[in-house]
Amino acid sequence: MNQTYAVAAVTAVVLATVLIGALGLRVSRTTSDFYVASRTAGPRLNAAAISGEYLSAASFLGIAGLVLVQGPAMLWYPVGYTAGYLVLLVLVAAPLRRSGAYTLSDFAEARLESRRVRRLASLFVVGIGWLYLLPQLQGAGLTLEILTGAPDWVGGLLVALVVTCTVAAGGMRSITFVQAFQYWLKLTALLVPAFFLVAAWYGDGAPRARFDAPAVLREHTVVRVADTVRIALDAPLTLTVTGTVDAVRYEERSVTLDPGAHHVGGGTVLALPPGTAVPERRAEGADPLGWSQPLAGGRDGHQLYATYGLILATFLGTMGLPHVAVRFYTSPHGRAARRTTLVVLGLIGAFYLLPALYGALGRIYAPELALTGSADAAVLVLPDRILGGALGDVLGACLAGGAFAAFLSTASGLTMSVAGVLAQDVLPSRAVRHFRLATPLATAVPLAVGVAASKVPVADAVGLAFAVSASSFCPLLVLGIWWRRLTPPGAAAGLLLGGGSALAAVMATRAGLAPAGWPHTLMAWPAVWSVPLGFLTMVLVSLATPRTVPAGTAATLARLHLPERFTAPVPAQEARR
Amino acid sequence: MSGIVWAAASAAGAVLLAAGVVLGRLTAPRGGRAADLDLGTPVERATFHTLHTASLAAPPLRAGLTEETARRAARPLRSLLGTEALCLTDGTAVLAWDGPGEGHHHGGVPDLAAGTLETGRSRSAPTGCADPGCDLRWAVTAPLTGEEGVLGALVAYGPRESAVLVRAATEVARWVSVQLELAELDRSRTRMVEAEIRALRAQISPHFIFNSLAAIASFVRTDPERARDLLLEFADFTRYSFRRHGDFAQLADELRAIEQYLALAGARFGDRLKVTLQIAPEVLPVALPFLCLQPLVENAVKHGLQDRERGCRVTIAARDAGAEAVVTVEDDGVGMDPERLRAVLRGEHPGGSGIGLSNVDERLRQVYGPEHGLVIETGVGAGMKVTARFPKYRPGVHPSRTR
Repeated sequence: MNQTYAVAAVTAVVLATVLIGALGLRVSRTTSDFYVASRTAGPRLNAAAISGEYLSAASFLGIAGLVLVQGPAMLWYPVGYTAGYLVLLVLVAAPLRRSGAYTLSDFAEARLESRRVRRLASLFVVGIGWLYLLPQLQGAGLTLEILTGAPDWVGGLLVALVVTCTVAAGGMRSITFVQAFQYWLKLTALLVPAFFLVAAWYGDGAPRARFDAPAVLREHTVVRVADTVRIALDAPLTLTVTGTVDAVRYEERSVTLDPGAHHVGGGTVLALPPGTAVPERRAEGADPLGWSQPLAGGRDGHQLYATYGLILATFLGTMGLPHVAVRFYTSPHGRAARRTTLVVLGLIGAFYLLPALYGALGRIYAPELALTGSADAAVLVLPDRILGGALGDVLGACLAGGAFAAFLSTASGLTMSVAGVLAQDVLPSRAVRHFRLATPLATAVPLAVGVAASKVPVADAVGLAFAVSASSFCPLLVLGIWWRRLTPPGAAAGLLLGGGSALAAVMATRAGLAPAGWPHTLMAWPAVWSVPLGFLTMVLVSLATPRTVPAGTAATLARLHLPERFTAPVPAQEARR
Repeated sequence: MSGIVWAAASAAGAVLLAAGVVLGRLTAPRGGRAADLDLGTPVERATFHTLHTASLAAPPLRAGLTEETARRAARPLRSLLGTEALCLTDGTAVLAWDGPGEGHHHGGVPDLAAGTLETGRSRSAPTGCADPGCDLRWAVTAPLTGEEGVLGALVAYGPRESAVLVRAATEVARWVSVQLELAELDRSRTRMVEAEIRALRAQISPHFIFNSLAAIASFVRTDPERARDLLLEFADFTRYSFRRHGDFAQLADELRAIEQYLALAGARFGDRLKVTLQIAPEVLPVALPFLCLQPLVENAVKHGLQDRERGCRVTIAARDAGAEAVVTVEDDGVGMDPERLRAVLRGEHPGGSGIGLSNVDERLRQVYGPEHGLVIETGVGAGMKVTARFPKYRPGVHPSRTR
């Protein structure tokens, strides 16, 4: 792949982001026309901004990679990411806007009239923000590694630096425009190459991925296996090996492997002749089913449970993402917030058609990625693989730019939310100075953890953040909006037990502490048990402490649920008319 | 297998519980541990104990006499008196009962308290309880008084007639009365602050009305269409400014009022007044004190056009800054001596100019706290830049929609 194009594209995206962030306001709004200047952001602009901020590395790269490796069962990811907004639309959007809250901590304080619950909610906002930032930085590292061969921490550092500097310098002033721009950039960056790729695929005789059979290599392929893997063979395989296979060291030797399981050491280079079936990566105890069958992949073998965990986490977790909640504040009233969410559903739904396409094409043209452990790169390498030449380079650069837009937009939105909460509720005193101090802290922690922690597929890592959000803020928001007997002790207990246990399980999984088998599945996909736990704790503790129901509950709920024109006092003159 | 799961789950639970306890400790208010060190003589200890018990009852009572506060105060009050049972009542109903015997004594309380409520004196009377096992044979009623006479009564029950109990109950009732008076004082202070805010808000200057009408009058013959438009703007603007309800408005509504104000000012000054706006759409829904920007703009226009033949440019910018919205109003006019400005903001306003500034400054401080006062950058001949920061969320700040 030609590096120059890609580096130019990434640079252009970074510059465009910074410039629109700093100048967009001036260009579009410097006017003496009050009508233009004081028009609120309409649902369409705001929805594009929310979508732009939401479509992260997981959406842009991760889904295609997972579909490539594990098959259509992974389509639950885009479905869940989108359906989360449906739940948000039906249960939360308008009341959350009417509460007047800017952050989720604000909502906790507005609804429960308690500083302590607010502080607790802030801790979870920071935790979820960090968990969500991790895969963004990791994805950036991966992208830059593929494009330029730089070590994998460079990309993360680059994104962290750009985001920290722009946010701390107040460069994200016109964030709505930046994020709306990023949405259309990301959509274009995926859509345009997709046209070329599909055309090339059609010109190639429209080969189909024989989804149930092992993927077959179309040309001579050299694969570098990053981490030690266990592969399974159904037929004897002859290949050239440099490295370790089954604890034997080879130097560019032709080896024939018997059918059965083999261990390939980390760093081994395998050269596979055309027409070979790509060896399947096998997890412990997996049941090998066809790729196209649902619940096929090798995730500890408890695929049905994991799928439900994923569905619960993504459906219910979207509402508790810190960078999503704050965008609703831009809507002028509850009705507009609901319309915005509806448009978001459309925009995101349209976007998610594409990653699945890339995944399927990747299965045909780059199946060996499943073996290397960097399947997240599928989207980036496809143009080069299918088209090649200058066109492949240009389209690859286009995708790389889009991927960087994804990292930058999500990371800057998250950093602003996390830094804001850190400065306001966690660090001692409130001042702009502290917001500047909090920004490096907000990015440094996930950057450091990202270097230290074990690598998880990007989309999986995002799933963990969703799980924590679904078990902490989903109960708080849903019960806070729809149940008048929620009490501060109940909310605090539910946050701690539901969200806290999910957070602990997720942390343990990421730190590699979870034992294999069922415990690992339970801890890697906590939503199935932690969401009910959060709801149940909140309800039971609230019922046990009926005397602490906040005094203003009735008034607050009326404000949350009635359209603004009913709750705001009506001017005498207007009432008379 | 499931054993491991349970072990893991319970371990996680234990860790969470510990984390919760530590968190609670960290966030709990400090203090109240010093008594372990030097215990003092028994008399001193008794005094400390009494004072501590009294201090426990004080906070709820400071919120006034209601069922909720009475319930929370009743227990410390009973341990202060050391009686079998204690009851707090207002003029009509029993507010709280602490101790045994509530079931069959509850009904007798109004009769016991009636005399005290009427005369405002303590009295001791037998309860005439029919249950031989019940210890509540005598009751002492003591009046709870506020500024407007007797508010309620404290009823202490004992097994026999006791002068000590009468004395103690009277003293405790007096102490409670002091707390209730303080509560009334608190309430009237809050009312005063509210009245002050109401008095501070929305004073459009009479000069502005005269000048606007004069400017409109000058168009009536030459450009009747424009005169009509201006009159409508004037009507809208005054309706907005004279509205009586709600202390907060959305920034979008405030900007609309400023637009009308500037249209009227523009009619008077013509091309000499130029306006630039930079408004981030993110901050338009922010709630802010009603009519707190218009005085800043009025001030900028006044300063900008003072002693000048050439025109002036007023720049109004609202930008998004995380959890806050920052609004700046800037003019390139004559500026002001910082010393004089300081005097104006302190409330000493020689010449009367800048009263709008100090008013806005005071209101912002009252609503958002002292760190949210106006920031003014100016110098003689250097123009003036006024910056106000509004938190996007503050408990109790909700905009009223007007349009």
